[in-house]
Amino acid sequence: MSSNRKRLPVGGRISREVPLDFTFDGRKLIGYRGDTLASALLANGVTLVGRSFKYHRPRGIFSAGPEEPNALVTLGIAGRREPNLPATTLELANSMDVESQNRWPSLAFDVQSVNGLLAPFLSAGFYYKTFMGPTRRAWMFYEHFIRKAAGLGRAGTGPDPDRYEVRHAFADVAIVGGGPAGLSAARAAAAAGARVALIEQDFLLGGQLLAEPSDSAAAAWLRQAEAELKGFETVVLMKRTTAFGSYDGNVIGLVEQRDPTGPKPNGEARQTVTMLRARSIVFATGAIERPMVFSNNDRPGVLLASAARTYLNRFAVLPGKKIIVATTNDGAWRTAFDYAAAGAEVTVADLRAVPPAALAAEAARLGVMIRAGTRIVDLHGGHAVRHVTLNGPEGQSSAACDLVCVSGGWSPTVHLTSHLGVKPVYRDDIGGFVPGAFPAGRLGAGAMIGAYATADAIEDGHRAGIDAAASGGKSAPVPAPAKLDLGDTATTLLREAPSVGHGKAFVDFQMDVTTRDIELAHREGYESVEHLKRYTTLGMGTDQGKTSNFPALAAMAALRNATIPETGVTTFRPPYTPVAIGALAGRAIGHHFKPIRRTPMHDWHMANGAEMLEVGLWMRPYFYRQSGHDVNEAYVAEMRNVRQAAGLMDISTLGKIDVQGPDAAIFLDRVYANGFAKLAVGRARYGVMLRDDGIVFDDGTTTRLAENRFFMTTSTAKAADVLSRLEFLLDTAWPDLRVAVTSVSDEWAAMSVAGPNSRAILNAAFPALDVSDAALSHMGLLESGWGGRALRILRLSYSGERAYEVYTGATAGEQLWSRLLEAGRPFDLKPYGVEALGALRVEKSHVAGPEIDGRTTLDDLGLGRMAGKRSGFVGDVLRRRPALRAPNRQRLVGLECIEDGKRLRGGAILFLPDEKPYGHGRGRITSVTFSPERGHYVGLALLAGDVAAEGSEVVAVYPMKAETVRARIVSPVFLDPQGERLHG
Amino acid sequence: MLRIECPCCGPRDHDEFRYGGDASVTRPAHDDPDPEAWYRYVYIRTNPAGPHREYWQHVTGCRQWLVVERDTRNHAVASVDFARKSTLRKSPA
Ligand SMILES: [Zn+2]
Repeated sequence: MSSNRKRLPVGGRISREVPLDFTFDGRKLIGYRGDTLASALLANGVTLVGRSFKYHRPRGIFSAGPEEPNALVTLGIAGRREPNLPATTLELANSMDVESQNRWPSLAFDVQSVNGLLAPFLSAGFYYKTFMGPTRRAWMFYEHFIRKAAGLGRAGTGPDPDRYEVRHAFADVAIVGGGPAGLSAARAAAAAGARVALIEQDFLLGGQLLAEPSDSAAAAWLRQAEAELKGFETVVLMKRTTAFGSYDGNVIGLVEQRDPTGPKPNGEARQTVTMLRARSIVFATGAIERPMVFSNNDRPGVLLASAARTYLNRFAVLPGKKIIVATTNDGAWRTAFDYAAAGAEVTVADLRAVPPAALAAEAARLGVMIRAGTRIVDLHGGHAVRHVTLNGPEGQSSAACDLVCVSGGWSPTVHLTSHLGVKPVYRDDIGGFVPGAFPAGRLGAGAMIGAYATADAIEDGHRAGIDAAASGGKSAPVPAPAKLDLGDTATTLLREAPSVGHGKAFVDFQMDVTTRDIELAHREGYESVEHLKRYTTLGMGTDQGKTSNFPALAAMAALRNATIPETGVTTFRPPYTPVAIGALAGRAIGHHFKPIRRTPMHDWHMANGAEMLEVGLWMRPYFYRQSGHDVNEAYVAEMRNVRQAAGLMDISTLGKIDVQGPDAAIFLDRVYANGFAKLAVGRARYGVMLRDDGIVFDDGTTTRLAENRFFMTTSTAKAADVLSRLEFLLDTAWPDLRVAVTSVSDEWAAMSVAGPNSRAILNAAFPALDVSDAALSHMGLLESGWGGRALRILRLSYSGERAYEVYTGATAGEQLWSRLLEAGRPFDLKPYGVEALGALRVEKSHVAGPEIDGRTTLDDLGLGRMAGKRSGFVGDVLRRRPALRAPNRQRLVGLECIEDGKRLRGGAILFLPDEKPYGHGRGRITSVTFSPERGHYVGLALLAGDVAAEGSEVVAVYPMKAETVRARIVSPVFLDPQGERLHG
Repeated sequence: MLRIECPCCGPRDHDEFRYGGDASVTRPAHDDPDPEAWYRYVYIRTNPAGPHREYWQHVTGCRQWLVVERDTRNHAVASVDFARKSTLRKSPA
């Protein structure tokens, strides 16, 4: 097969002096700069491009744009591999590697198309019947085969080496579509003084004008229009850019492809997503030609008529020499004329009994045969078309051909306005849906609102451009646009009803939906358009049914004997064309996916053997490798050291809030479930906050620094929520309280020194400070300084041991940390991580995130006494609801493992010993630790109150690991119930 | 793609805000013991298709809580004001 054997020697918008090498399924081929992959394949005589989704039917190229249902390919290799790309929108570039999809073992010989093995499973309603009916369980069986057999391309599994960008942009007027209407609108809006962004999905401006011969008046008009636009500094021309979605606030989502033929400077994004906000938007999105429905209408060698004309005039490809043009309207005749002029033998089969006289005269002049009142009912051929069966006034006849061009009329491209909720309305005069009333700031122009003739589209765009600019206050006088009359007057159109011979007649090519599927849906009562879609999967492909929606509607309307508007219209949703997730993510991948927060001591942890753990956005030491070779060994060693000597823990991640003002004490008294008004200056108190509905919100300690000033700490996880809630209460509930709250979380580095040796260590680190129990008792405050920096010491304990929280300015955190470690060396002070911290608090039965899970009350957690008889605080009234006090409500208990060699696990479900372990059980384990003190696993659990008597047994079931273990209910305080360690 | 004109900072993208719920409900006084009043405040919503007064906080800006009047059908924002101002206006003072 010689290279480019279907290419004409002259003409087109390709650069024959710039040949491009590419491969298709490993075969080396040559195209030219200016080609799409589709045009290059057609030029090389490649007609078979893919296999269909369900039936594995051979498919070729059907269109010349984003509506392509058949020619989906996979581009690139390894991490760059991108599946399901329409060959019709892929700009050809050097060294492109392209693969066909959904075929095995090869495109030409596909096993599944031979035996049609799965066809019975794949009829309309398969999914519905499988999932809704008694065969639901059979899905488990089918799924494996169907996923393998029916499908699209595979994405690459390696990391994508390319970069993507997301950005925001702004314009006075955005124009979607660079055809005659869009170009005219852009020129008018720019001349009126507006900043304009013109968005065109193609790599060339012009839209349907590109289907005109490259030496025509249309081409001259296009050159002038483009030159004029380039003359405006205020116009941005965005080629290779698809508007994929239209959103509130006059925002459109755009995705721009890098010029694949241009130089590739380092780091240039492969795709860029732009969220473009404009004062007004002109939709000049054109229209999409409709196929015709007949048997075997999906075979390679069937092209949309306008696409065939594009391949001839834009790409200088003559894909066939013996051509049938089947049409319902005037437009396709232009394809017939151009092909005849290029030397092809052409027959027009017009469904209308009497085609317009002017067209007939031109046909006669060019030697084009006319078959009026005639349509195709069947097509014969495998990987290429051989002949068609025509049905007309003279009865059935056969006609040999090597290319079939079809036109069932046009559908305005109303997707983007549909995204905005603008319901399309049917216009009988053009036989199509146009957008209904536009919201403010949006306009339509050209074919998308039914102005099909080029002259009308230009006029229409001009008006829309002026109006769009004017709504943003730009109304300089605009000279009239250059005229262009192609004689393509408003199309006369006959609605086509399917006519079928032998074999399947396809309505949705990509989803393999046939007329029979629609008949079945109708018979089974799925008549509304939305039901039809879901029942047959029509329009559910990556092309969103751009070519199939209208023919399906027409078919259903005929079956129901109803009009098109009675049958309905589908709702289009973003994206207009598929957008790669990578493009939407932009640079927010890898460690840029979310910000990382590091404490002031982070570098020290990294340099000193810490295994780090992500806790929300924070990086925290999980455990230190010198404590043990894995986390289980290390945390037990770290715990033991805290209980026997002393440990140092980085607690800088705690939320810290400065609460100031004359009413600060009153405010805290309302915010916390326990009282704060009487807290003495220089004392700290543990507090619990509730939500308005009475559920526990967060806990922490708050210290009274001065009469009108408090220092609040919150849990790490709730720091932002607590601050926001306090601000909410002050702004919306109690604006009369004179209080200001400020986050000081990042101002302070914080560390906890815990263990029996902690006081001696502080003494050694700060010999001048009096940290005796008399000067600094439990829950006491000491404010001082060191080396000119702030020093705040709070005697608080989370572990149950004597402990101190030590605060200093964030920039001095690491210095203070090192100083404490140094001073603590003779006292065996060692750092410990969050796993040991968690274990220590479980042993001491301090509740934390796993227990304060947004469902538990004070009483559930055994903290009811904190509120006592108080009232008037947030959540007080609704916490008294009877249901929250039901005797079988789950409440906090302690559990100890009573089977040797076994362990408890967080998340295990609790059952009574004689109960069948099925369902939700009586409760669950929330936190566990191995207790070196007790020599076995202990845990905290939430267990139904009516079965939670201390001393009785439960069974903890952990289905994920098929574990069952017996446990005894005990007091949740496993250690030092009298609190002697805290004080002694 | 909502934009809110913060009375403190000017027009900002909704990404900068935190939604705070219905602003048309009246919060009982902090010491109001009536469970009905708290129940209505916490749980009862009209969920209108149309104008809706709601709280938004400019979290990555001035941190003020705002009352935004937004049409739930098309996200058109009719008014924005400081919540503090409208609360003070409501209370008998
Ligand atoms: Zn603000």
